[in-house]
Amino acid sequence: MTDIRKFARLPWLVLLIPLAACKAEVLAPAGDVAARQRDLLVISTLLMLLIIVPVMVLTVVFARRYRERNKDADYRPDWDHSTKLEFVIWAAPLLIIITLGALTWVGTHLLDPYRPLDRISADRPLTEAHRPLPVQVVAMDWKWLFIYPEQGIASVNELAVPVDRPVEFTLTSTSVMNAFYIPAMAGMIYAMPGMETKLNGVFNHPGEYKGIASHYSGHGFSGMHFKAHATDEAGFAAWIEKARAAGGTLDRPRYLELEAPSENVPPMSFAEVDPQLFQRIVNMCVEPGKICMAEMMALDAQGGTGLAGTMNVTRLTYDKDQRRGTRAPVLGWEPFQVASFCTPEDSALMFGQSPELARAPLDTAPLRGHALVPPKGPFAPSQDNAVTLLDPTEGRARNF
Amino acid sequence: MATFSNETTFLLGRLNWDAIPKEPIVWATFVVVALGGIALLAALTRYRLWGWLWREWFTSVDHKKIGIMYIILALIMFLRGFADAVMMRLQQVWAFGGSEGYLNAHHYDQIFTAHGVIMIFFVAMPFITGLMNYVVPLQIGARDVSFPFLNNFSFWMTVGGAVITMASLFLGEFAQTGWLAFPPLSGIGYSPWVGVDYYIWGLQVAGVGTTLSGINLLVTILKMRAPGMTMMRMPIFTWTSFCANILIVASFPVLTMTLILLTLDRYVGTNFFTNDLGGNPMMYINLIWIWGHPEVYILILPLFGVFSEVTSTFSGKRLFGYSSMVYATVCITVLSYLVWLHHFFTMGSGASVNSFFGITTMIISIPTGAKLFNWLFTMYRGRIRYELPMMWTVAFMLTFVVGGMTGVLLAVPPADFVLHNSLFLIAHFHNVIIGGVLFGLFAAINFWWPKAFGFKLDVFWGKVSFWFWVVGFWVAFMPLYILGLMGVTRRLRVFDDPDLRIWFAIAAFGAVLIAAGIAAMFVQFGVSILRRNRPDYRDVSGDPWDGRTLEWATSSPPPAYNFAFNPISHGLDTWWEMKRAGAVRPTGGYMPIHMPKNTGTGVILAALATVCGMALVWYVWWLAALSFLGIIAVSIAHTFNYHRDYYIPVSEIEATEDARTRQLAQGV
Repeated sequence: MTDIRKFARLPWLVLLIPLAACKAEVLAPAGDVAARQRDLLVISTLLMLLIIVPVMVLTVVFARRYRERNKDADYRPDWDHSTKLEFVIWAAPLLIIITLGALTWVGTHLLDPYRPLDRISADRPLTEAHRPLPVQVVAMDWKWLFIYPEQGIASVNELAVPVDRPVEFTLTSTSVMNAFYIPAMAGMIYAMPGMETKLNGVFNHPGEYKGIASHYSGHGFSGMHFKAHATDEAGFAAWIEKARAAGGTLDRPRYLELEAPSENVPPMSFAEVDPQLFQRIVNMCVEPGKICMAEMMALDAQGGTGLAGTMNVTRLTYDKDQRRGTRAPVLGWEPFQVASFCTPEDSALMFGQSPELARAPLDTAPLRGHALVPPKGPFAPSQDNAVTLLDPTEGRARNF
Repeated sequence: MATFSNETTFLLGRLNWDAIPKEPIVWATFVVVALGGIALLAALTRYRLWGWLWREWFTSVDHKKIGIMYIILALIMFLRGFADAVMMRLQQVWAFGGSEGYLNAHHYDQIFTAHGVIMIFFVAMPFITGLMNYVVPLQIGARDVSFPFLNNFSFWMTVGGAVITMASLFLGEFAQTGWLAFPPLSGIGYSPWVGVDYYIWGLQVAGVGTTLSGINLLVTILKMRAPGMTMMRMPIFTWTSFCANILIVASFPVLTMTLILLTLDRYVGTNFFTNDLGGNPMMYINLIWIWGHPEVYILILPLFGVFSEVTSTFSGKRLFGYSSMVYATVCITVLSYLVWLHHFFTMGSGASVNSFFGITTMIISIPTGAKLFNWLFTMYRGRIRYELPMMWTVAFMLTFVVGGMTGVLLAVPPADFVLHNSLFLIAHFHNVIIGGVLFGLFAAINFWWPKAFGFKLDVFWGKVSFWFWVVGFWVAFMPLYILGLMGVTRRLRVFDDPDLRIWFAIAAFGAVLIAAGIAAMFVQFGVSILRRNRPDYRDVSGDPWDGRTLEWATSSPPPAYNFAFNPISHGLDTWWEMKRAGAVRPTGGYMPIHMPKNTGTGVILAALATVCGMALVWYVWWLAALSFLGIIAVSIAHTFNYHRDYYIPVSEIEATEDARTRQLAQGV
């Protein structure tokens, strides 16, 4: 049966994959987080090959050996059960999955994008000197806005970060869902309107890497990518200086201009940024007169504003173009928005109340997730290590 | 981008001249489809086939004919879905080095959305529904499904959904959102024109059909089994169909409801999934995947059954580990509801939530692995005949394990963070859907074709198709795995990096090979039909493969009543046992058989539903109201139809059965 022999060749195609490794950023990343994600990918693959390879070999062997023309082979038409074999065929995958499951549990907690880094790279632990660099990321139609709150500058479609310094991205979106992804640095995370997500990463090698939008977001999606520069501290400072020198202010009116849909946007920068801008984007109250979500939630938490609340709406006049989610449905009301109660001072106070993020423990040996209750009785740990992994968002209001 | 306007007029809603696409590609397609359609209609009229089609097929409540019509629908839609795939492959090879390719964003985004929607809802679903419709009643020794009229109605609703979806090609636009239409992008703000409305109403109309056919088959399997056929004596294909239909009945209402909420957002301005005013798009994504993940198992489970039947038949051996196979199927059915979140690990759920869903996903691979081993040990100590269905099965086993492996890989959340939404993911699910569902369907077509039509399919062209498909699949999708590892995202239209191009070129070449495989398959059908009366093609015995289950006990094709006497099951592999015990076919003592009568109500109702859907897409309110009232009126009128059944007289049964007796005598 030549057919069967041809089948046998198919799995070898899998071996072609390493040929592409020279350009495969996922397999050869430049950042510790992505490298650990890659390691997990490789280990899981090898673990599964433990069972996949025997299955494929057995398939080919049985397919050949028990072909009709081979009369030498044993033929037992009524043999349909073997407790031993059945035990093995359930147990073998089970063992692999138990191993993989344990790896997954630990790996998922260690590499949780929300979790602040606990090391710079495999051989360099995190020290007090490594203060993370906060970067606020806004997915827009169809470009990326990066705000550097500490430096007070912003850039569009260009990111620069120092090598070996943890970067803490805080992400949101202006209009539709998107995903932020620098394959060489760390995994991706969604950026969603009215919500805030987090991603921690670090670059270990200087260079220019690609950053992409990895969740389809409409017409201009293909052109929505940026360059991520990983430089030394001096290079980073120079980049910041350049942005400062170029001038321009990103305040609320300028932001509203910027968020209008545009495609294949060349990089640009702003020397100054409204410090409340990102919080206002998350709370969907950049446009004047509109209530911030946090304010509305705070009011609702106190029982709402009652009947008065139904009057407190204004006609939505801003931005009638179709990219702000404000089109009138055919059978519904004219779009409206809830008007703001807050004074600017209130807002400043509200946005200022963001507590410090809890740091990850440096010792991750007794790693345990929040979901696991420590065992009682004879299996109880000798010392209390129930929650060594801190939930970064614990004790922290989601947006403030 | 197309110009459009949502200004409505009373008579035509928002339908106006601007609704006709201006793109030359669409125009050329339209001309070809129109000419083909006119030629087909002319031929039907010329050969006076309309009456025959209406009486014998369109209004038929015979599960066998409905099953065949489902599969014809799937094959037609498959050509459309594949054309979309080829267009995407071409665009992605073309659009390098500053070139925009030949498709603009408006067109390209519709194509990948349509490809996904059509392949899942109007190819894979009708394929498996058709298969279950045809085979399940025969396997359990029944004469029809529990609700024959509902079956006809379900089929025509599926056709209605397909018609609405296809209409978007020439009138207006289709959704540009990806196949699951995530809001806010699919909301009225970001998709203001008809595209998403086509998507919604196409799926809603077809969804009614799918849900009803799920209920129908579920009841059929529960209530219509032959005497003696306990649950644990059911053929394994019936078991997997049973589980798939449980999944359909339990998950399609979720889809319907989710789409209704999206419809309310779009039509009356509610805020379920909007950014503002308390809406939550994440809710949609959760809900749609609570349907969407079981959907994956709805597609694959029946095919697992097919592979089991094929392996055991062509190995001439009992299925190894029948009960563990059944338990594995049930495990998968239950677990398929506990994994939906793995489609969006990257949304930012906590690590514990992500690992929970990652681990439940991996657990599914245990029963799946057990199944694979069961097929393997069915082959072990067997006498394997390499007919086409068995070839597809071996190809499946070797292909599917790779897809399964990459699937488990994607279930590891940190690995998913680097591979989510990438072409690696695309390669993975095509690996399981083509390698599992499609290969299984091809095995099933080659396996049951002689039963349905009374002659075997041509082996030579079948092998040509097989090799083009299998090799084409690997050539088309291996490059996508590699591209995924290079960090290339799905749904991109233009590329900057010239190094990627070679991989897209290889993938495009793979698509050409697959096209050759599809062509060879249609040649195979054609050649076999032409040679159907040759003795080496003809199946007079009704049991061409030395089968094991009851469908092989009757003639090929089976008479309208399937079995002259209700078969009695004494164990697994009922027909195999009967053959072994030397059971003799009864040739007398017939009784009149109670059968359901054909009715045109299903066609009329589905046509009205289609009109209603189209009217809602275009905001033609008077027509929507009128057709909806029409649906109610026709449904009520149908309840007054008391002529729904008849008895096949003994004389007719005698004539049919005697003809078969003579045929069997000649065949021996």
